[in-house]
Amino acid sequence: MDKQVALVTGASRGIGRAIAERLAQDGFFVIGTATTDNGADSISAYLGEHGKGLKLDVANPDSIAEVMKSINDEIGAPIVLVNNAGITRDNLLMRMKDEEWDDIINTNLTSVFRMSKAVLRGMMKAKTGRIINISSVVGSTGNAGQANYAAAKAGMVGFAKSMAKEVGSRNITINTVSPGFIDTDMTKELSDDIKNTLLSSIPLSRLGKAEEIAHTVSFLASNGAAYITGENIHVNGGMFMP
Amino acid sequence: MSNIEERVKKIVAEQLGVKEDIATDASFVDDLGADSLDTVELVMALEEEFECEIPDDEAEKITTVQQAIDYVVKNA
Repeated sequence: MDKQVALVTGASRGIGRAIAERLAQDGFFVIGTATTDNGADSISAYLGEHGKGLKLDVANPDSIAEVMKSINDEIGAPIVLVNNAGITRDNLLMRMKDEEWDDIINTNLTSVFRMSKAVLRGMMKAKTGRIINISSVVGSTGNAGQANYAAAKAGMVGFAKSMAKEVGSRNITINTVSPGFIDTDMTKELSDDIKNTLLSSIPLSRLGKAEEIAHTVSFLASNGAAYITGENIHVNGGMFMP
Repeated sequence: MSNIEERVKKIVAEQLGVKEDIATDASFVDDLGADSLDTVELVMALEEEFECEIPDDEAEKITTVQQAIDYVVKNA
């Protein structure tokens, strides 16, 4: 493999797909993961010769070990990892079940720890690497009904800052991108009422596009971003300015 | 045995950038100036050289050149 390898989790649709397509354009060989065989096939189809879709459950350590082994053996060690896979299990805290909490923490936060650890050996050997976590504006602002999701998304930021300090000396950077409300399947589930209220709080008065998140990730993965680490970049149309 | 000792010392020298002769009882951190991440990388390099997998709890106990040699003699 003469191309550098980039790994994007949750790449079958939405922001993950836009990121995978963008990194492929940037010249990476992109491995996109999905939780089902169908999802993996569709990733292989849209990436064509520029990459490959693989089935991966980021909440399952055995699945991660197996997939990472096959990537390292058959394709090459990734030097870019985009931790994008995520789910929601919204509920008011008073009604939130342990299961709803645990699912979110496992899939959205513990996965970031496991995936990052899994790619680190290859990056340390290569003496270069970029890890980019896709968080959410909700991790900074909070959101009623999303205590679990917001906690996981905020957790990614602290994780990234710590890891940035640990591995900076090896030329490995780790950053976070916090999208605001982006036009994807995840936000299509919102009611019109909620959407209208949201739009009135966004200075640019529109939802963001998945491609706009992908551009930011592309920048962080590029040589031009070599001196940025531990940072959290908000891409939210101005709805939240830290 | 001496062969293993030489190979271990060569890796330690490469990983930690040590130019002088390395004493067998040298501690990676105290004598050779390694930081904690260097020791992790060192173990990775040993695993590759001797084609073995060193579990994390064993790896933590390898803090000197002699301990690395002992581990390899016993396990590789």
